[in-house]
This record gives sequence, C-alpha cells and structure tokens, in this order.
Amino acid sequence: MEKKTPLYEVHLEWGGKIVPFAGYLLPVQYQGIIEEHMAVREAAGLFDVSHMGEVLFTGADALHTLNRICSNEFSDMKVGRVRYSPMLNPKGGVIDDLLIYKMAEDRYLMVVNAANREKDVTWILGNLVGDTKAEDISDEMAQLALQGPASKEILTGLVSEEALPKGYYTFVDQVDVAGISCLISRTGYTGSFGYELYCKAECAPDLWKTLMEAGKEKGLVPCGLGARDTLRLEASMPLYGHEMDDEVSPLETGLDFAVKMQKEDFIGKQALIDRGEPAISRVGLKVTGRGIIREDATLFAGETRVGRTTSGTHLPYLKAAYAMALVEKAYSAPGTVLEAEVRGRRIAAQVVELPFYKG
Amino acid sequence: MNYPEHLLYSKSHEWVEFTSEDTAKVGLTDFAQDQLGSLVFVNLPEVGDPITAGEALGDVESVKAVSDVYSPLTGTVSAVNEDLLDTPEAINQDPYGAWLVEVEGITDREELLSAEEYETLCQGEG
Repeated sequence: MEKKTPLYEVHLEWGGKIVPFAGYLLPVQYQGIIEEHMAVREAAGLFDVSHMGEVLFTGADALHTLNRICSNEFSDMKVGRVRYSPMLNPKGGVIDDLLIYKMAEDRYLMVVNAANREKDVTWILGNLVGDTKAEDISDEMAQLALQGPASKEILTGLVSEEALPKGYYTFVDQVDVAGISCLISRTGYTGSFGYELYCKAECAPDLWKTLMEAGKEKGLVPCGLGARDTLRLEASMPLYGHEMDDEVSPLETGLDFAVKMQKEDFIGKQALIDRGEPAISRVGLKVTGRGIIREDATLFAGETRVGRTTSGTHLPYLKAAYAMALVEKAYSAPGTVLEAEVRGRRIAAQVVELPFYKG
Repeated sequence: MNYPEHLLYSKSHEWVEFTSEDTAKVGLTDFAQDQLGSLVFVNLPEVGDPITAGEALGDVESVKAVSDVYSPLTGTVSAVNEDLLDTPEAINQDPYGAWLVEVEGITDREELLSAEEYETLCQGEG
C-alpha cells in the first residue's frame, strides 16, 4: 500500500494525475509535462517532493560519521552550506546520492532518495562513528521545490530578500513564510534557478496554497514527477537507479567532483582504488536519427556493443531527443557516432558534451 | 470528449473513415490522444506497406512513453500523413483531422464500433 504525502489531498484538488512512485502516491502531471517543463524554464513551477527522506545526524562525532559513510569531504564546510555526496558500499558502488545540510557543528541534515530511504537508514545505523545519533525524520517533514526564474520574485512577495539564501547550495533555517517556519535552500533538481523549502508535514498544505497564491500572477504552475524527470535530464543531472546504482561507481558516472580520494578513509575508497581507472563513462547523446531513445537501450558502434542508455526522452525546452548513457571509454568522446537499438530498429545518436542545458 | 457520428472506432482507440468500399483513413481518437498526453514523435509506415488488422502499423511517443498504433484494417498503405512527422502535436490538437494513414485494398477489419458504442467503451475505461 502506497503512502500519501501531506499534500495528497491538495494534488487531487489541483487536478494532479496520481501514480505510485517510490512507495508514494504522487502526481505525475497536472496540465501536461511539456507545459510544466516550460513553465519552470520560463517562469516557475511548484513540486511536492515530500517523498524525499530526511535523516538528522547529531552528536560530537556526526562529522566523523559523515566523512566515513560519504565520499565527499565535509570538514571544511560552514554552517548554512549544502553539499552533494554519493554514499558508497564497500564494493565502491553507490548506495544512494544525497545532500548534506550543515545546521551546526554537531548537527547535519541528510536528504536522501525516497526509494532508498529504508536501505540508507539501515546502512547508516550500522555505520555510526562514536558519539553520533541518526534519526529518520522523513515522516515529520514535507518538502516543496519552487523552481524557475520567477522563484525569487515569488518568495520576496512573502519574505524579505535578506531572509533568503543567496549563494547556490546555501540555506537559511527558520524563515517565516506567511507564519510557517521553513528551512529554505538555494538547491533544486531542474537546472533552473530555484529554492527548496522544508517545513513540518502538517504545514505543507498551507505552504503550498500560500506559494501558489503568491505566484498566481507570475506564471507559477503546479508540476508533477514527469516534468521533474525531464527537467533533471535536460540539465543532465544523474538519477539514482538510472545513471548509478549499487554496482556503478561514482567515478564511472562522472561524480568525481564528489569523491575525495585524498581523504584519509571512507567506505568504498579501497574498492575504488582496486577497481582502478574506470573503463566506462557517463556521456550525453543527442539523437540524430528519427525517434526517441529511452533508458536501457543497447548502444552499438557498428556491430560492437559499447554500452547502454540510462535515461532518455524528448526534451521540451531543447525541443529534441537526448539520452544519457554509460559507454566504454573509447566511445565517450564528443562527436562519436553510436546507434541505439530501439524496438527492433537502430536509431543514430552522437556523443555531446554534458550538460545538455545550462541555466 | 468528442465522438463524431460519421466515424467507426476500434477497441484499441483508432478511428476509421471509409472513403469508398475498400479505402479508408485511420487516425487516433480524442480519448486516445488525451490518455497519451502531448505527443512528440510519430513513426508511420511507408506507402505500399502491407498492414494487418490487429497488428501495429506504427507508434506514437509522448515524453513519458511509446505506444503502438494498431491497424484496424488489413490492406495496403496508399498515403501517409507526412505533416505529422514534423507536427505530432496536431494529433492532440485535432485528433479527427490528423489522420495517420490511408489504406486501400481492404480485405479484413477488426470489430468496429459506432460512435455511441465507442463512447460507452471509453466511459468504462476513463
């Protein structure tokens, strides 16, 4: 039985088309994926991302725990900053990819993928270091993503500009948004300017209504999971279960920036050393033939299998079909021409630089 | 939802308009385009291709998924609506104007429904 987010009734009220996703009933779309995608690129969109999991780390050794279970480095992080990291298994595969919010020297908030929440929490609880407490607070929290160039103007109608986070990947806690206390970060999964707002679960319906009302004249539309996926693909952001999983290493899928091999030790480090130089690499493909290449299509160079696609569809803002893929290094240079097998026929595609879209 | 009286309908949501005894145009119904969502790609057969009732004649793709279009008729493709290759959204905007193929030499057909029967079917599925 799927769970409902605190906004389930609101989605029905707003005409969301509900589907099961990662154990939750969520809207895949409201008026249409393309319209919602374009609204985020050109005005603003509001997403319910309350299915995301939140784990609170506290204690004198919270930092040590994070540095051990995550491949990124948090020692130099300031309070009010957000940092992305993969969390690896001992084989060097990815358990999950996540965000860390530094609330205080001994207090960090981890935001994880909904589908991995239980697996993550079990793993985390088994790998705590010293004086660290980890608590799954997902059910108490709701998360809304306000994304798009008009986001700032919409929020400044409710909150003074000084109260909002300024730099990318920074946040401010306890911001009063029309009487609702929110943690607001300059983060998102769309490639457009935007914010993510966390509040108590019971406040979510009021926050949704407040934001929709504030954005009414500024082109704000409610958005579903469909547009969330096309937007992140257009921005070439990897998605767990697609561009990475328990087998794929972060170095193979282009997450080197979040893997600090010079760090003393972290789970998975030795495996990454043992695995050596990655033989495959994540690439972008622009479809040059006729059709759409989706995930899990086998890629060929001539008659040689060289990889598989991990995500792909028609991208509404770029108005063309693109895909991301994991391919053998020798076939990963931009300009390389490959073919994907789709429903019994071959569709040509060319390796192009990532990201496809840069806001 | 629109169900023009002068058309016949397949249970797999294609419409058929007979222009003579053994020639017809085939398209996707209003119900079908609404269920599929905004279409971004259409894959159609070529003129001269034989098509068989109950088998795929091509496919249409939305951002979210690819779906087969089933042929309600057995015959030979005599014309293809090439305009749709560049403007697949025409199927969403005008489903009964945006024909996909014209079929000639029709020798067999799927069970076809009247507008009224088809509307009842859609109400059960919608």
